[in-house]
Amino acid sequence: MKRLLLLALWALSTQLAAAGFEYPLQPQEIAPDTFVLEGKTEDFSKENGGYIVNAGYIVTQDGIVVIDTGPSRRFGEQQRALIEQTTGKKVIRVYITHHHPDHFFGNQAFSDLPIYALPETIRGVQREGETFSNNMYRLIGDWMRDTSVVAPNQEVKLGRENLGGHELEHLAFKGHTHADLAVFDHTTGVLFTGDLVFNQRASTTPHANIVDWLASLEQLLKLPFKVLVPGHGKVTQDDQAIAQTRAYLVWLQTILQQAAANGLDMNEVMATPIPADFKELALAQSELRRSVAHLYPALEAEQLKPAKQAE
Amino acid sequence: MRPLFALLLITLLSPWGWAAEPDALKSPQWEFVHKRFLNGEPYQFDGKVKVEAPADAEDSLNVPISFQVEDLESIQEIVVVADLNPIPQVLRFRPKEMRPHLGFRMKLQQGSPIHVAAKTADGLWHVGGVWVNAAGGGCTLPSVGTASGDWTKTLGKVSANVWQRPDGSNRLRVRVMHPMDTGLASGIPTFHIENLNVLAEDNKVLAELDLFEPISENPMLSFDVNRQTQFRLEGRDNNGNRIQAEVAQ
Repeated sequence: MKRLLLLALWALSTQLAAAGFEYPLQPQEIAPDTFVLEGKTEDFSKENGGYIVNAGYIVTQDGIVVIDTGPSRRFGEQQRALIEQTTGKKVIRVYITHHHPDHFFGNQAFSDLPIYALPETIRGVQREGETFSNNMYRLIGDWMRDTSVVAPNQEVKLGRENLGGHELEHLAFKGHTHADLAVFDHTTGVLFTGDLVFNQRASTTPHANIVDWLASLEQLLKLPFKVLVPGHGKVTQDDQAIAQTRAYLVWLQTILQQAAANGLDMNEVMATPIPADFKELALAQSELRRSVAHLYPALEAEQLKPAKQAE
Repeated sequence: MRPLFALLLITLLSPWGWAAEPDALKSPQWEFVHKRFLNGEPYQFDGKVKVEAPADAEDSLNVPISFQVEDLESIQEIVVVADLNPIPQVLRFRPKEMRPHLGFRMKLQQGSPIHVAAKTADGLWHVGGVWVNAAGGGCTLPSVGTASGDWTKTLGKVSANVWQRPDGSNRLRVRVMHPMDTGLASGIPTFHIENLNVLAEDNKVLAELDLFEPISENPMLSFDVNRQTQFRLEGRDNNGNRIQAEVAQ
């Protein structure tokens, strides 16, 4: 009897342990045939398991197109299972918008399919994937179990193609990273921007070039989209998120340049107060600290003059 | 009874009595750090030693640290230690004719308490500090310069600038090109700047700095000096290469 009870307890505990690593995936229908799994606007944590990113999918007549595979193997597997169960269709291909770890570490669950990305994104995954992986294990712990780096296996063909009744356009930009893919569905008017656009969340800059990024945002504004899916934050029907991302980046660039011109040290710049316009953005102060680490060294070096060396 | 009481009183009032004060950062290495780098001398944790660093280091090769010691007279020396680094000692700073402030960047091998201790003329160390979390690995990587092989062209080259500040001090920022290899990356020997002095135009020493392996590649230093605008920098690395440069606004 006692043994039976122990067995029951053990079974319950393993079930609970497994349930502890279920991502709360809730598909939102944002347009006909088009769904988004919306992550929290938080930083990586052991609580959120890295579900801090938006992953999308389009249900075409030929099968399903997935855009970004999330932060871990568990995420990719749960994402694929959910999509295939709820639609009764198979995933046929995957697009990865850029090489940051919250966007591609679910690739393992799709490794039997073509996984498309821009060439520089594929190289970025190959170059930095292991470093990202180590850091992700540190940040989200057991959520990463059995996750390994699977680089995208196909270079994306730019331009338009008709896929199962959806006219998809693949567009190459840069600025958030060296290669940022946007996917525009002309049939539904849905634009997947990847991390070129953040909504109510401060932009991240580990591989950013702000000048290129601002130029890319100008191009995005010209597209006749009806629905915009940002990399992080809520899906929108207007261009407010683009305007907000642009305003934040302009502010960031300005304060960093001014600080460098005034001879400030990094910790002093990191303490810059966040103006009222951006107070509402999730993670504004911590992203500012990170951005100083990424972008300030080049700007401060411009302010130094070669000293006269003694021979 | 009376001698006992006196003994108790002496224990409570003397700085030696305070030495048992537990580390505010709960560093597992504090006893060792105290013995090894503060020579086991009396200390107290003191809010006058203000240390700034991001709680999470974005780049383990370049963790910005700055400190300011306020309202303490006659500071003899300031020591910076990263308790959990494989090479804990980061730098020793002896400000003579400048403010006891410094900004620099360092390499972290893992998250660690960063202790800054300022010794006053009475022999007491005043200690402040912060915890920095880091992905780590910063100490066992080869420097970028060594890895790319182009460090020889720029070794010891100094860039700098001077700014006037609203509070009546001047800010001197100095970058010295140097790989600062820790000796912990496989096959690459220790190679770092050992000391660097800041002198006024008239050769008066304004501050002395001893730098150790954890200082980041191409050290970037921020000093708060008085109203001077012209400086000389003198130093050398552990291979005997000299650093000599003149800086003007």
